[in-house]
Amino acid sequence: MSASIHSKASSVSMALELRDLRKSFGKTEIIRGASLAVRQGERVAIIGPNGAGKSTLFNLISGRMAPTSGDIILNGQQIKGKKPFEINRMGLSRSFQITNIFPKLSVFENLRCSVLWSLGYGYTFLKFLVDLDDANARAQELMEMIGLHKKRDVVALNLTYAEQRALEVGITIAGGANVILLDEPTAGMSKSETTRFIALIKQVTEGKTLLTVEHDMGVVFGLADRIAVLVYGEVIAFDTPDAVRASARVQEAYLGSSVADAQVGESAQGH
Amino acid sequence: MQRWNARIGSVWLWALFAALLLVVPQVFTSGLSVTMLSQMGIAIIACLSYNMLLGQGGMLSFGHAVYTGLGAFVSIHALNMYSGAGMPLPVSLVPLAGGLAGMAFAVLFGYVTTRKSGTTFAMITLGLAELVFAMSLMVPEFFGGEGGISGNRMSGPAVMGITFGPAKQVYYLIAAYTMVCVVLMYAFTQTPLGRLLNAVRDNPERVEFIGYNPQRVRYTAFIIAGFFAGISGGLGALNFEIVNAEVVGAARSGAYLLFTFLGGATFFFGPIIGAVLMVLAFVLLSEYTQAWLLYLGLVFMVMVMYAPGGIASLIMLNLQVARHGKLRPLLPAYGVLAAASLVLLVAVAALVEMVYHRQLNSAMGSVVNFMGLPLDTTSAQSWLGLCAVLALGVWIFSLAQGRFGARWDAAQEAIEKETHSAGAAP
Repeated sequence: MSASIHSKASSVSMALELRDLRKSFGKTEIIRGASLAVRQGERVAIIGPNGAGKSTLFNLISGRMAPTSGDIILNGQQIKGKKPFEINRMGLSRSFQITNIFPKLSVFENLRCSVLWSLGYGYTFLKFLVDLDDANARAQELMEMIGLHKKRDVVALNLTYAEQRALEVGITIAGGANVILLDEPTAGMSKSETTRFIALIKQVTEGKTLLTVEHDMGVVFGLADRIAVLVYGEVIAFDTPDAVRASARVQEAYLGSSVADAQVGESAQGH
Repeated sequence: MQRWNARIGSVWLWALFAALLLVVPQVFTSGLSVTMLSQMGIAIIACLSYNMLLGQGGMLSFGHAVYTGLGAFVSIHALNMYSGAGMPLPVSLVPLAGGLAGMAFAVLFGYVTTRKSGTTFAMITLGLAELVFAMSLMVPEFFGGEGGISGNRMSGPAVMGITFGPAKQVYYLIAAYTMVCVVLMYAFTQTPLGRLLNAVRDNPERVEFIGYNPQRVRYTAFIIAGFFAGISGGLGALNFEIVNAEVVGAARSGAYLLFTFLGGATFFFGPIIGAVLMVLAFVLLSEYTQAWLLYLGLVFMVMVMYAPGGIASLIMLNLQVARHGKLRPLLPAYGVLAAASLVLLVAVAALVEMVYHRQLNSAMGSVVNFMGLPLDTTSAQSWLGLCAVLALGVWIFSLAQGRFGARWDAAQEAIEKETHSAGAAP
């Protein structure tokens, strides 16, 4: 990853590229020509004030909404206008800000359902789940990765909030997508839970391209290789954490005091 | 053995089910009971196939009779066609023709209905059911008009002395189909598509983000449900040897919904209970009282309010309590509750019977015989007396309910603690 940071990579080696992406709701344009090129294996945090269009951007990329115009290139292929499941099959998977799991299925079943497509089982009803050794092994492995193996048969509805968030991430990475979008993964978590959870995210997305929307500046500066600043539907800065922090334009447009807070917070933690 | 349990559930339980299907007509030998048992088998397949939609896929269909009914019509036509032309379709395979027909119509109609979920799906199925029912009166060539279409199941050559003349032979054919279909439908719940169907029920949107098209999951399951529904219809055609427009009617669809729900949509075996109750209600209860539909409605309302998981979930909850050894302390409370319910039931039933008698049978005199008790519908005494009994019943019931509720909650809490501490232990 470090080798490619300073070379101007061509679009083919980019994991995800947005080109002049636009989305309007009625007469209101929410995403106003956003462009972004994310390298393979890079961890990118998208920050911005409320209403900047961060969630809308995720919804456009993952196919939940169709853009009004512009291009979305995933691993060199146009995915604009494709359905969410098609995009997922092409190697992009996302999580949701509001926990979005299968509430009446057990932890194990949640994960097993999420690995089926990637292992080529499609819509089959001529095989028994118990006989799918690879799917069962993969679900077990995922369960251990997210630390829920002791809750194997617990119905997802009965998990604690933090456990449900972990399951959400587990479902997201289950299919082996190489581009992972996490929408505010630590929302609603306590400080200590957040710290542990970020370590988990780093571990399970190792080697993958990660895009995350995050509000906690401490988390952002600790996790991201690069930060994209989204203000009023435009990417006004996309650079390393240090450069973003130093940018007068970012300061002016959005960050201001919260960057200072994050710096204070980090130095207090001895970073 | 363990793998087989995970594939199709307990092998012993299936053996028990098969034995039950074999033995029951030897115990209940009267003509009426054999007819009823045949109808139960048919209803079991229909309700289980309906629950593939309702319980497993979260699809509230108001038109399942379209698939059982059209399966029945195609089956009776197949029977007549082959018996006329003398072609070698064994009578025992006629229900499969119904299954294929049910499947074909599910392919056709499901393409429209399963594009939507939730309320929209329910509305489309309702509209479609009305459409098919209207068609049944407009196309008498296929549906036989008011009189329906009749057939003769004895038209085929006798194989090993089996002519399908005697009701018992038909019963065993139905029992064989029931056994195979129930096992297959259970097996379906243990396959990738079966599990994805649950996922679609729980959260269709999330399914899209794990690589699956929820519409296609629903559609495929709908087609499979249509196949089994058609088999059920085909068996019905053989059993009754007549098929009329009623079989595609809204009342039939409503009955599948009502009894599947009553039996319990959240457990696989729930609809089996529901199907048995359906036949008991339609054949026996309707004999005993003219007000049977009213009772059915009342029972349905009470179940929706107090036990939305149906009878199956009541059984499973109590089994869980029993497994933890907490059932015995509940028994006295259950006893009081049962007594109070009985008082309530008798009072309500007596009042209902009196109202019905006044409205429908007053020409036969003012006295109605209610469980051996002569009640005069013109005397204020019987009305007031019954109202007093009803009030008493309500009072005891509310007392008993409160007490039972407290004990039940205590038992549940204790069980939760036990399972939690067991889970924490290494």
